[in-house]
Amino acid sequence: MLKLSFEEIQNKAQTEWKDFCAKTRILVGAATCGRSAGALNVLNTINEELTKHTIDAVVTQVGCIGLCYIEPIISIAKPNEPYIFYASLTPELAQQIIEDYLLKGNPRPDLALGTVGNKGVKDIPQLFDLAMLKPQVRIVLRNCGFIDPININHYIVNGGYSGLIKALDMKPEDVIEEVRKSGLRGRGGAGFPTGVKWGFCRKAPGKEKYLVCNADEGDPGAFMDRSVLEGDPHAVLEGILIGAHAIGATKGYIYCRAEYPLALERLYIALGQMREYGILGDNILGTDFSFDIEIKEGAGAFVCGEETALIASIEGRRGIPRSRPPFPANSGIWDKPTNINNVETWADVSVILQRGADWFAGYGTENSKGTKTFSLAGKVKHTGLIEVPLGTTLHQVIYDIGGGIAGDKRLKAVQTGGPSGGFIPPELLETPVDYESLTRLGSIMGSGGMVVADEDNCIVDMARFFLTFTQSESCGKCAPCRVGTRQMLDILERICRGEGEEGDIEKLQHLAETVRDSSLCALGGTAPNPVLTSIRYFLNEYEAHIKEKSCPAIACKELVSYYIKPDNCAGCMICLRNCPVDAIKGDKQMIHVIDQEKCIKCGTCLDFCPSRFSAVAKVSGVLPDLPEKPIPIKKQDHI
Amino acid sequence: MGNILLTIDGKEVEVEEGVTVLEAAKKSGIYIPTLCYQSSLSPFGACRLCIVEIENMRGFPSSCTTPAADGMVVHTNTPKIQELRQGTLELILSEHPYFCTICERLERCESFSPDIQKTSVVAGCHTCPKKGKCELQKVVEYVSLNKFSLTYYPRELPRMVDSPFIDRDYNLCILCGRCVRVCHESIGVSAIAFTYRGPKALVGTAFGRSLQDSGCQFCGACVDACPSGSLVERAARYEGVCDKSILTTCPYCGVGCQLNLEVKNGKVIASVPSEDGVNHGLACVKGRFAIRGPIYHPSRLKSPLIKKDGKLETATWEETENLIAGKLPSYKGDNFALICSSTCTNEEYYVAQKFTRVVMNSNNIDHKSYRQSHSPSVLSLKQSFGSPGMTNSLNEIGDAACILLIGSNVSSDNPIIRAEIKRAVDKRAKFIIVNPQSIDLCRFAYSWLQILPGSDIAFFMGMMRVIVDENLADWPFIEERCDNFDAFKEALNTITPDFVEKTTGISWQQIIETARTYAKQKPAVILYGTGITQHINGIDNVLTLCNLAMLTGNLGKPSSGIFPLEGENNAHGAGDTGATADFYPGYQPVNTETSKSEFEKAWDCTLNSKPGLTFSEIFNAGDQQQIKALYLIGNPIFNQPLPDNLRQRLEKLEILIVQDCFPSEISQLADVILPTSTFAEKDGTFTSAERKVQRVRKVIEAIGNSRPDWQIICQLAEKMGAKGFNFDQPSQIMEEITTIIPDYNGITYKKLEGGGLQLPCTDKDHGGTQILYGDKFANGKAIFSATKYKPPTELPDENYPLTLITGCSLYHLYTKVLTSKVRGLEALSTEETVEINPYDATNLGITDGDAVKVISRRGELTVCAKVTEVVASGIVSMNIHLAESLINPVIDPASGIPEFKICTVKIEKT
Repeated sequence: MLKLSFEEIQNKAQTEWKDFCAKTRILVGAATCGRSAGALNVLNTINEELTKHTIDAVVTQVGCIGLCYIEPIISIAKPNEPYIFYASLTPELAQQIIEDYLLKGNPRPDLALGTVGNKGVKDIPQLFDLAMLKPQVRIVLRNCGFIDPININHYIVNGGYSGLIKALDMKPEDVIEEVRKSGLRGRGGAGFPTGVKWGFCRKAPGKEKYLVCNADEGDPGAFMDRSVLEGDPHAVLEGILIGAHAIGATKGYIYCRAEYPLALERLYIALGQMREYGILGDNILGTDFSFDIEIKEGAGAFVCGEETALIASIEGRRGIPRSRPPFPANSGIWDKPTNINNVETWADVSVILQRGADWFAGYGTENSKGTKTFSLAGKVKHTGLIEVPLGTTLHQVIYDIGGGIAGDKRLKAVQTGGPSGGFIPPELLETPVDYESLTRLGSIMGSGGMVVADEDNCIVDMARFFLTFTQSESCGKCAPCRVGTRQMLDILERICRGEGEEGDIEKLQHLAETVRDSSLCALGGTAPNPVLTSIRYFLNEYEAHIKEKSCPAIACKELVSYYIKPDNCAGCMICLRNCPVDAIKGDKQMIHVIDQEKCIKCGTCLDFCPSRFSAVAKVSGVLPDLPEKPIPIKKQDHI
Repeated sequence: MGNILLTIDGKEVEVEEGVTVLEAAKKSGIYIPTLCYQSSLSPFGACRLCIVEIENMRGFPSSCTTPAADGMVVHTNTPKIQELRQGTLELILSEHPYFCTICERLERCESFSPDIQKTSVVAGCHTCPKKGKCELQKVVEYVSLNKFSLTYYPRELPRMVDSPFIDRDYNLCILCGRCVRVCHESIGVSAIAFTYRGPKALVGTAFGRSLQDSGCQFCGACVDACPSGSLVERAARYEGVCDKSILTTCPYCGVGCQLNLEVKNGKVIASVPSEDGVNHGLACVKGRFAIRGPIYHPSRLKSPLIKKDGKLETATWEETENLIAGKLPSYKGDNFALICSSTCTNEEYYVAQKFTRVVMNSNNIDHKSYRQSHSPSVLSLKQSFGSPGMTNSLNEIGDAACILLIGSNVSSDNPIIRAEIKRAVDKRAKFIIVNPQSIDLCRFAYSWLQILPGSDIAFFMGMMRVIVDENLADWPFIEERCDNFDAFKEALNTITPDFVEKTTGISWQQIIETARTYAKQKPAVILYGTGITQHINGIDNVLTLCNLAMLTGNLGKPSSGIFPLEGENNAHGAGDTGATADFYPGYQPVNTETSKSEFEKAWDCTLNSKPGLTFSEIFNAGDQQQIKALYLIGNPIFNQPLPDNLRQRLEKLEILIVQDCFPSEISQLADVILPTSTFAEKDGTFTSAERKVQRVRKVIEAIGNSRPDWQIICQLAEKMGAKGFNFDQPSQIMEEITTIIPDYNGITYKKLEGGGLQLPCTDKDHGGTQILYGDKFANGKAIFSATKYKPPTELPDENYPLTLITGCSLYHLYTKVLTSKVRGLEALSTEETVEINPYDATNLGITDGDAVKVISRRGELTVCAKVTEVVASGIVSMNIHLAESLINPVIDPASGIPEFKICTVKIEKT
């Protein structure tokens, strides 16, 4: 092991960084999101091109900068030049850019997205001036996309581990006070003040104490924690060390789901590097502070994100929650005091110590300080990972950052907090995003899922979707959650099928209240939120399903019908030939008719009907008067 | 911990700190409905019915998991809570055939149920095995749920009947988890667990295997825990609710579990472990499921039989008694011998030995399991501490800081003690196992020392050498309370690390660590079984353990001391009551003139001064024709075809009287057979291994024309003109015993109603003795013994290269007399095996499952080979009841115990 002082480590990192910056650098966004968009193919092409043209450049895989809708993204910087970002790359485009920029000196402003660096490049805007990035404040994501996540020196050069150094110089109580002063609240979703939580664990009697980083991100569509772990693992690890010092913990666990192989790989590498530098293990950086971290791979149960279930899982037991008290702060892993925070909280901690509580508290609102990451998904133009100061309104998030609704459709609702959260209607869009405001609306902050629904989304169907998830992820321990969610799902499925009955809404509400109030843990306690909020804000949609057997969004398959408009049909037989079940009757020059009994509502006829005719219609509810069998087309109707 | 005061439903309740709100409510008589709660298990909080409102606390906490706090104000029955409970209960019922709980004709269905219950699928009350005992029905009534508006989700699973004893019908499961938790927490077997999640969540075994394949030991705790009828005892499935339930003592091992025998229409329908006894609501497979089988076995002897012309023919009691009374007088003196078995009560042992000594003027009385497993303990404990028997009590084991377990596979031999060990291990006690064989409990062990068979003395002397050398001994204790330390020290000085390593096969480093652990973790208990006693040097083995306890001062304090574990029931009582060749009642030696004259006075007779023959000697004496009349009570021979030499000896007897519940190979040779009653048909007492005298109660009338042993003996004695046998009730015999044995002085049946008394119980106000030697040892001081290692009589050589060690099966008890009468037990242990290490197996060309011949100098057996690493190379292992023809009959002259544990064999592939 190298026995270096932190100053020596910093100098070493500085030298390496200088060498790095002295070269031409190509950063490839190769986190999971980039990879699924084809970043590794782009990477291969770049390497081939560099070899082919014998260009001396460093190619580095970096984390995600959050612009998921235009992945894969690369950025290129020549020595002393700013980074130029290129998005939506294909291997061909990458080849082109390498040749044009690195061989011929043409930065291709037509392909470039923006620049990052002091100097600008002609005809290319500054990246952070882009509409999607401008309102964002990147604290947690500060390094994501800009440093090599498997190189600890990159992190250190960018201020990394200076927070730990600062904390080690402070008394543990003062560190806790600093965190408390920053106003940081748990980013896992519950929003409990982090400093207060640490204080409980610090005060709990016992020599052995444990720390846990909860990286069991399980909400469908949420990927905040994954991005941080893949793009900047040390930010999280530094936070954990600071917490360990503050609380007096002896051992830490990172509980990360096994479905995050890249994040795990990068964590393992990071831990190795920390050990090498003496930042982990016995007598960290020559102090008498000793601490070690172990990674526990979870098997992908949503419920293991719940503190007590997570503890059970770490201990090797079935991941089921237990009642509190005793709280983990007093009796957690192996019955020892245990403090659990989520990935984002830990990443916030390191920056709070690096830059001070006041600086952090400068962002956000009175009661919700700092920033929060969200995975913005659904029907917005710019989907991706974002970070905004708390207090930013939903409107700003959806319309400024998200660029508005895709296809310029009408917004129907925004759903925050994943399957445990609720729907918020357009009229409440000016609500600031903070813990209390969202709770008031019946939703929650959650860990940062944000799904935007447009007019084509059926709200009942969406509630059904989220409940399908929670009911199958219920651990099955307590009856209200296990059976209650199942009964509720049963009713929702019936409603979506058009089999809803009078009284179903009341029954749903009653069940939802039983589940919410009687369940053992927060999974059950929050599982009814999508149903309760959708009934609260979109009662008319439920009623339409139940009373009129129609789906206003024309989305619920069983309530949708297709028919051929007699006035538009040209008798071309295209739809008839493509119908997979021969449900369309007709002949040349005859108006086609869909046999509703046979129709499986696959939508093929709608897709195939030439747009100049637009003769197939999709409706929900009662059909207009239509010919019962094919009849000849009236000549004058047709061109 | 102090007391706290809280208010529940306006009522002030004072409870100890640390109890839950639910327990506090229960204590103050307030009912809160529960389904997943069981007092012996840790709180679970799954059924959500026990929710309450607590002022200044968010939401609706479950009272079973919430600790009561000072000043707490709790409401258990607000309208909101009732509404939530109704909602939750409705949800629970939507997964359970619920119609019975809300049926408007609930009261009227009673008369129909017995007939309709016999359908295969549970569809409601009529077919439910839990009918009348269903906790759901009780809760529904309290919560006053009377409508049901949800979708019913039948699981439509087949009933699982693939295991003996227990039927599993998960259509009735409400996932309260009591079965899973009792199996995991109390028993430590973890054969069942929750499976899947969400709506598929259920209880099951790993990979859906049968219970026996998942490690289940069929203790039945899950069945007793199940509130919904999902788990039921197959045999009792359709029996319904019992008329009465009578507390009695289990007749199997020496633990002395308290069982409630449920009786309906004069018939035992089930055995349910009692909450109050040493077993705390638990039992093992034998106590739980093997009680009914023997009682009602069709082979039960129901009438006396007399051999006429070589054939056994039915006779009346009168005829039989006349026959015996006519013949026996001519065998008075040393030609007569009587052997008792473990099915007898203390009262029966007493009259049997009195009959032998007073009427037959012989000391040739002995008891198989006393002689063959327990006698070295009696002699050694007496020698070291002044009185025989366990120094402490079984329920103290769970609070020990260190447990040293030697020569016993507790999970098979005394399964209930496993729960105590589990309790200690859960509290982080250091659990050390010394055994040549890997046993089931090794999974909980802090360390397991696989010593070479028969090297115990070397091992413990090594440990004690370390304790002395490292100054870890309890010097003040030795100084004040022990004698003869110097002689012991001298013996210890001859022990060298080299010798110990070579003899035991354990590295000196491990000996050092074990010694330090045992010496430093206090209080520490020593548990040992037949692996210690059934050796030629059994006495020295026990003495060595006594030395170890003395050396560390682990005596006379709670959760310390020495625990001889007894495989068979009431071996302790046999010793106490003098049913042994060498002692009168109360361990008064037969060979001293003072005790002889004392008993002559007490019994008003002249006694034979010649010490009696011990168990093995009685059979061997047959050769010399000393014994001409043999009286066998119970079947002392392993339940195997009789070896030829034994058959010849028995055939040479002039009269063989067999008094037993069941016919056997031996009874075929008998001249007279007397049918006896089982433990369920008689009153009396058993004395358990922890010196506890407990009641055996008459639960049902005697089967057939059988009679209890005491009655048969007393009537015979009277017929033979003897005085002092005029007893109408066992309690009268106990009255006599209490005047004869000082330790029993304070015992009366009335006092025993309170749940048993531990000996000594010296006067009528004495409450029994939980811990011996608190103030002083029976002889004043404890005495160190200078023991010396002696190798086993047979050591492996070229011809017999393997060492055979013997053990016991969970599903059988020694001679299998009772257990072979239970079909389920037979099913669980169909295949008898010899366990052999893979290394040896490979050398011999044996693969798992091969039929092999195990050959010793005395005999051979063909069994199935089980290739396993539970035994080390060079060692093979078999069950004792199987291996009897192979074992070395050499006997320790002092205790009369044969070297059952070790002999050498060779194995050949057939």
